[in-house]
Amino acid sequence: MRAGVETAEEIVARCREVVEDLSFQTVREWKAQHPKARVVGCYPVYSPVELIHAAGILPVGIFGGGNQIEIAHADARFQSFVCSIVKSTLELGLTGRLDFLDGILFHSICDPARNLASVFQRNFPSLHVDYIHFPQNLASPLAEVYLTQEYRRVLRGLEKIGGQPVTEEALVQAISTMNRWRSLVRELYTLRALQPHLLPAAELYPVIRAGTVLPVQEHIRLLEIFLEGVRRREGKPKDRIRVLVEGSFCEQPPIDLIACLEEAGCYVLDDDFLLGWRWFLEDVPIDGDPVQALARAYIHRSVYSPTKHDLRRRKSDHLLEKVRTLGADAVVVLIPKFCEPALFDYPLYRRALEEARVPHLFVEYEEKMWIFDRVRTEVETFVESLLFD
Amino acid sequence: MAQQAMGSRYQGRIHLLQKELMGQYFQELTQAAENGGPPAAYMLISGNPVELVRAFGMLPVYPEVNALQLAVKKESLPYILLAEQMGYSVDNCAYVKADIGLFFNGLRAPFATFPKPTLILCNYVGCNVYLNWFEHLAEYTGATIFPLDIPFIRDPAQGPSEEDVAYVVGQLEELIAVCERLTGRPLDWERLKEVVRLSQQTGQLWAEIKHLTKNKPCPLDAYFDAVTLMGPLYCLRGTEEGLAFFEEAYREVEERVRHNIGPIPEERFRIVVEGPPPWPYLRTFRDLFARWGAVAVASTYSTVGGMWEFGFAHDPEKPLESIAMHMLYWNLTNRSLLLRYQQIRRYIEEWEADALVIHSVKSCRLFSAGQGDMREYFTKELGVPTLLLESDLEDPRYFSEAQMRNRIDAFFESLEHRKIRGHPVEAAVQHSNFSPGEGEAR
Ligand code: SF4
Ligand code: SF4
Repeated sequence: MRAGVETAEEIVARCREVVEDLSFQTVREWKAQHPKARVVGCYPVYSPVELIHAAGILPVGIFGGGNQIEIAHADARFQSFVCSIVKSTLELGLTGRLDFLDGILFHSICDPARNLASVFQRNFPSLHVDYIHFPQNLASPLAEVYLTQEYRRVLRGLEKIGGQPVTEEALVQAISTMNRWRSLVRELYTLRALQPHLLPAAELYPVIRAGTVLPVQEHIRLLEIFLEGVRRREGKPKDRIRVLVEGSFCEQPPIDLIACLEEAGCYVLDDDFLLGWRWFLEDVPIDGDPVQALARAYIHRSVYSPTKHDLRRRKSDHLLEKVRTLGADAVVVLIPKFCEPALFDYPLYRRALEEARVPHLFVEYEEKMWIFDRVRTEVETFVESLLFD
Repeated sequence: MAQQAMGSRYQGRIHLLQKELMGQYFQELTQAAENGGPPAAYMLISGNPVELVRAFGMLPVYPEVNALQLAVKKESLPYILLAEQMGYSVDNCAYVKADIGLFFNGLRAPFATFPKPTLILCNYVGCNVYLNWFEHLAEYTGATIFPLDIPFIRDPAQGPSEEDVAYVVGQLEELIAVCERLTGRPLDWERLKEVVRLSQQTGQLWAEIKHLTKNKPCPLDAYFDAVTLMGPLYCLRGTEEGLAFFEEAYREVEERVRHNIGPIPEERFRIVVEGPPPWPYLRTFRDLFARWGAVAVASTYSTVGGMWEFGFAHDPEKPLESIAMHMLYWNLTNRSLLLRYQQIRRYIEEWEADALVIHSVKSCRLFSAGQGDMREYFTKELGVPTLLLESDLEDPRYFSEAQMRNRIDAFFESLEHRKIRGHPVEAAVQHSNFSPGEGEAR
């Protein structure tokens, strides 16, 4: 990242450049400057990046190719009815764009992502591919024990790539760094929920997404400057509806689609973009065994998510609570085409929202979209129906 | 083209007996729904722990089997549409939609009425859709749900770790406590051992049947006929009737081997089939292969509920551990795609198959996502002729007979030429020493 970036607007522009660069130039440069350093990719949704940091490795978010890539090879491996991010991620790999990676982590989020892990293993035999199985029996005390062991297993793999044993100090340090990063992100989200007219989602999103690519310390400084800049902004809200966006936790919508929602008359109070990177509702405690602390935080302090089946409380209750706390007028259910977990949550959300008389709009998208006329019309009609009701 | 008469298929005693047994099973469920009966435990097929449910005297109900029956009887579409009206996506697994439709139709299907669940046992073995499905059922019914979390096999070379096994056994103990509360009685461990012993014997017979299909001619179609045996394997495993059925099945298959009888008059191609069948068009689909004299000698689909042919058996002396191992490792669904490549490769080599047929179904991404890579591996790495077909296992809207026929005909025509020119596929297999689980490729 260029030195001397100062205004919030400049930061947005630079971050957008970083996240839209599918050659991962910033990571490549970083690697060239740190010849011994290793890089591990993190497929969505949640990856315990602290473990990666503690092993002295740079974690990098791998979110497919968005609308910047043409699928020429991956569609021979994955069928038409599989979501786009699975194919575009494989395409990144098959076209050599991920050759800077030493490893990649996949997670138990859905069947296509899991099978993608296998396909990566076969097609890139020198890459360290690991698959984390997150517990789904979260009410059981056994889940914490299990996940702690699972993290230790993952750590052993990372130690091999990193070439050094991971110390407890390094883990504690990583947790506290990520705590700092996440608390800045939470601050931005809180600020945005209160004054969405000062911080459009189309700006917030690329700024945070850049944090999945840049070294964390560098990004923390960037967030601090950005936060200051946004705080200095002034302006009056326009006549728009205030919405929550739900459903884009894995495959990400194009930035221009997010902008389109806003231009069509929505203020986004909250969203689930990049959800896995923001995962925790509060800091991960750093007393006691850090690996166990991370596992425990997953079970007790993480956000609700379509890929985490926490039967202690219904997801729709979480959603409704968010609607009430933030005072949203409506929910935009923004789901990538063929996304199994998101699409499955929808009927339950719809039922709960209708019962609670919260209006909602269902929008399907694909990351590779670049024309948004249809969506714009749908959103405009929806907004009008609420504003002039 | 030397095609055989249409519709020639094996209809032996097994099929009649199966019909009778499954009829009784559905009657029992209907009886329980209408007049009360033992508490019903809803469960999923993959690596199902039916032994525990049986030991508590509960009735196992498998929504997948119910959805499948709807499809076989060509009744699934209205149920699917009902769910789609509620907001379920056209792109989500149609088993789930048919079942949700069934629930909102008062649990009434043309062939049975189903009891409401007392326990929703979400045995999360591989399929992530399961979690959604049973979460929804729990919300709609208000019944007690227990999510039995089975860690996926992350290390193909090692299998499940000791910690994984202990984690599952610990959860089974929690599950026992839940069942004790729901049924109001403590677990009878002797009874459990007895059920597990019945399972052990049943599994062994099933494994032996699967090895009999190595014979030439293959005595029964390991895809189309094997699915007939799967109903009793899941619904009646751990019961005396279930065991008796498999004894009878074994006798019959063995007798057919002795008399050189196959499911079609002349076995011309031996195939391995990967993926679930298109239930709404099962017969049509079968005939498309039968007319070419193609017989399945092995199939992956018949291992979703459990994989017995490679040495697994339940152990009555270690009931919980062996149930845990069954769920963790000895089934297809909890294994990675690469382990599935190995499984198929073994079938091709040891069962001496000529080709691989992949039936790619839209509903089930557990099976289908990445099957293009599988085709790549088998054709390019191993030189195994591979046919990839697409339709669905439940939704009749995705089956095009004409297209299927064209692709199947073209495939077998070229396979026939290949045979005539004398290119045995075994040779191609032997030249490659790639073994996917070991992470070596290309
Ligand atoms: S977008 Fe949805 S279906 Fe696709 S990989 Fe992500 S969670 Fe799975
Ligand atoms: S996705 Fe496949 S395994 Fe899962 S419920 Fe559907 S058909 Fe069954």
